[in-house]
Amino acid sequence: MLRFALLRILSAIPTLFLVVVLAFLMVHAAPGGPFDQERVLPPENARNLAAAYHLDEPLPRQFGRYVSRLVRGDLGPSYYYRDHSVSDLIGAALPKSLQLGLLSMALALLVGISAGTTAALKRDTLLDRFVTGFSMTGISVPVFVIAPLLVLVFAVQLRWLPASWSGSAGFDRLLLPVLALSLPQIAYVTRLVRASMIEVLSSDFIRTARAQGLSTMSIIRYHALKPAMLPVVSYLGPATAAVLTGAVVVEIVFGVPGLGQLFVRGALNRDYTLVLGIVIFYAILIILLNLLVDLLYGFLDPRIREA
Amino acid sequence: MAAPIKQHRMIGSVYPPLRRAGMALVTLLCMLFAACGGDTGPDTRNVLNRGIGAEPESLDYHKARSSQAGDVQRDLGEGLAGYTPEGELVPRAALRWEVSDDGLEYRFWLRPDARWSTGEPVTAEDFVYSFRRLVDPATASSYAQSIIDVRNAEAILAGEKATEELAATAEGEFLLHVGLERPAPYFLALLTHQSMFPVHRASVEQHGEAFTRPGNLVTNGAYRLLEWELGSLVELERNENYWDNGSTAIDRVRHHFVTEPAVELNRYRAGELHITSNVPPEAFARMRDTHPGELRVAPYLNVYYYGFNLTKPPFRDNPELRRALSLAIDREALTESVTGRGETPAWSWVPPGVHNYEEQRFPYSTMSHEERESAAQLAYRQSGYGEGKPLTIEIRYNTSDTHQRIALAIQSMWRDVLGVEATLVNEEFQVLLSNMRAKEVTQVFRSSWLGDYNDANTFLQVMLSDAPSNLTGYANEEFDALVSKAAMQTDPEERRRYMQEAESLLLADHPVIPIYFFVSKHLVSPRVGGWGDNVLDYHYSQHLSLSPE
Repeated sequence: MLRFALLRILSAIPTLFLVVVLAFLMVHAAPGGPFDQERVLPPENARNLAAAYHLDEPLPRQFGRYVSRLVRGDLGPSYYYRDHSVSDLIGAALPKSLQLGLLSMALALLVGISAGTTAALKRDTLLDRFVTGFSMTGISVPVFVIAPLLVLVFAVQLRWLPASWSGSAGFDRLLLPVLALSLPQIAYVTRLVRASMIEVLSSDFIRTARAQGLSTMSIIRYHALKPAMLPVVSYLGPATAAVLTGAVVVEIVFGVPGLGQLFVRGALNRDYTLVLGIVIFYAILIILLNLLVDLLYGFLDPRIREA
Repeated sequence: MAAPIKQHRMIGSVYPPLRRAGMALVTLLCMLFAACGGDTGPDTRNVLNRGIGAEPESLDYHKARSSQAGDVQRDLGEGLAGYTPEGELVPRAALRWEVSDDGLEYRFWLRPDARWSTGEPVTAEDFVYSFRRLVDPATASSYAQSIIDVRNAEAILAGEKATEELAATAEGEFLLHVGLERPAPYFLALLTHQSMFPVHRASVEQHGEAFTRPGNLVTNGAYRLLEWELGSLVELERNENYWDNGSTAIDRVRHHFVTEPAVELNRYRAGELHITSNVPPEAFARMRDTHPGELRVAPYLNVYYYGFNLTKPPFRDNPELRRALSLAIDREALTESVTGRGETPAWSWVPPGVHNYEEQRFPYSTMSHEERESAAQLAYRQSGYGEGKPLTIEIRYNTSDTHQRIALAIQSMWRDVLGVEATLVNEEFQVLLSNMRAKEVTQVFRSSWLGDYNDANTFLQVMLSDAPSNLTGYANEEFDALVSKAAMQTDPEERRRYMQEAESLLLADHPVIPIYFFVSKHLVSPRVGGWGDNVLDYHYSQHLSLSPE
């Protein structure tokens, strides 16, 4: 297992390098630069700025400079947020994204698995229809509709919860964003679990277990849940990555200073180093999450482990 | 019955990992929520919450360039001069000053009671150090042009002279001398700009780039930096050592970063903000009806314009065509039904309300709408276009709802009045910016100009033939000569005359079509006192107060 993990991590290095090269070329290919604005700088100022950040050097030289810093673990200074380094900025945003993303995924799993299993057991009843209908809505209503609605109801009208991150210092500032971010995930997990649970429940070994007189609860707990989780696990890796990195809308609506909005601001401001830093971070995250999912697979399904 | 029970136990012992996973999930959930709490709620007594738009890119006076950074910096620091809430220029860190008759030598007597947040006195040496740092090529300041009128600044910036040669010297502990290259009567107004605030030498030298961090930053204004939560807010606390601390009413100020006006509005309505930086267009009319006393709209030194690329046909050497297009734009209709937030139609380049200046206007500003339309058609024909040969052009603007609606309206006005076939091209801001600067593909483009100080020069100098921000390629020697004559002139009357003449000339040439003047738009809670409307949209927190809920 350890060897497998190590091999996978080593084989990710060329991928990572390719990501760095492509990202570097792409940010520099985008028109404009980090110091461009409507108020065009006088040539002397522009020259001094470019020199201070080595932007006047040829691109290969800039790339060499960047990579040599990168291998030492230094992501460089931010070109736009001139008081901060890229590591500072990512370091400040990451815990917020992690809180938001992990809580949302945990909530999605908790609610999604319970609701999905219940719906599968009570198949074709009113309860099942309700759960299926709810999850259909959760998948089809986009988060940019749900999020402002939540703010309007719970923050503006009822004033129960803060409208934004900096509106409170307590954990209540997380409730609305976590809810908004997890709703579509809950819906998706529910549907996945329901479908796969129905399939598992109709298989032979479950019938055997029933024939042996086990209670429904025991069957679910000890026999059905684990095989029914396989599709959820394969969904988990990309979904966690998506929730950690793609929470831009939720972050903007609730003012959560996370990675998603930092990335968007970096791209719009042509903050080369910031964009590169976040891209590299995302790449590492996705590689690690995929590895984790593969390892989990082995744990859940012995056939894969042996293969 | 015994067998199944036995099997049950056996299975149970095989599967505890799953149960553990479930337990772990619940525990994780609880821990994460617990980890996010901890702090006590914000202290709401006498804390002012202001929305400022985007996060300041820096709190270093010499490196920042955004208006948002300025909002925070004006609370932290103080220049030799500053403004009252109504926008009147007054001495701040200086007690008084004297200007020589030729307008070249300035002497500032500093307040002996001015203190840094550490308690040390603010001296003339501090200003000398700061001015040198601003112009030093190594600082690479975006705002080095604030000091360009000081003797030797240009040469220092170009790396030809040492920073010590800047004509800013301490003639005593509290006496500062500044020598100018040319009489620049707007110099005093420039001193109010945050790029001319003093930085604290010892902490800059000790902490380097990190001198703006909480705990490191030493300031001489009404507030000091308490916290900077990246991506979220900057929190300031009353500077007990400030010389005018007795007049400061609010103990703490939180500047919140909110980029989306709609999000900011929700936060205001939820009671989280006392002041917003903007009002979203779609909510403007509603807020005017439901919160009339809270909506503050004031003229602002900012002009929204369409520029022509004068380096290429069809607009090169065809002022009549440019005039026709300007005539055909119904600015009243635009400001009433398209922008609709109190903006005023622009018939001049310099906005109204500028100190010692009367804005010049297009001669057709007094015409009726119908008269303008027929004049437009006439000019269009005289410029060589007409029904048989319609003008085909592209209008470039940066992606935004407002810009798009304005572009659509202008496109249809030009089509209806003149038969011009205009296509709309929307581009990301940085793409538009590099196109405008390259002057290769642009024909008509959208831009705006925000004045840095309350003087017509901040608008006129943009259109100088060698001005970096001149995106049109306009080059008129007569205009250049008038603007530089005005900059050399110490007599305010004479100077005003030159500048007004320059603007008239500019308007006649039509390198740009000024469309409307922005207004500043804020929602200000009824609890906030001391708010004054001014053309620079400067609202120092030290002038504000907060009544109890």
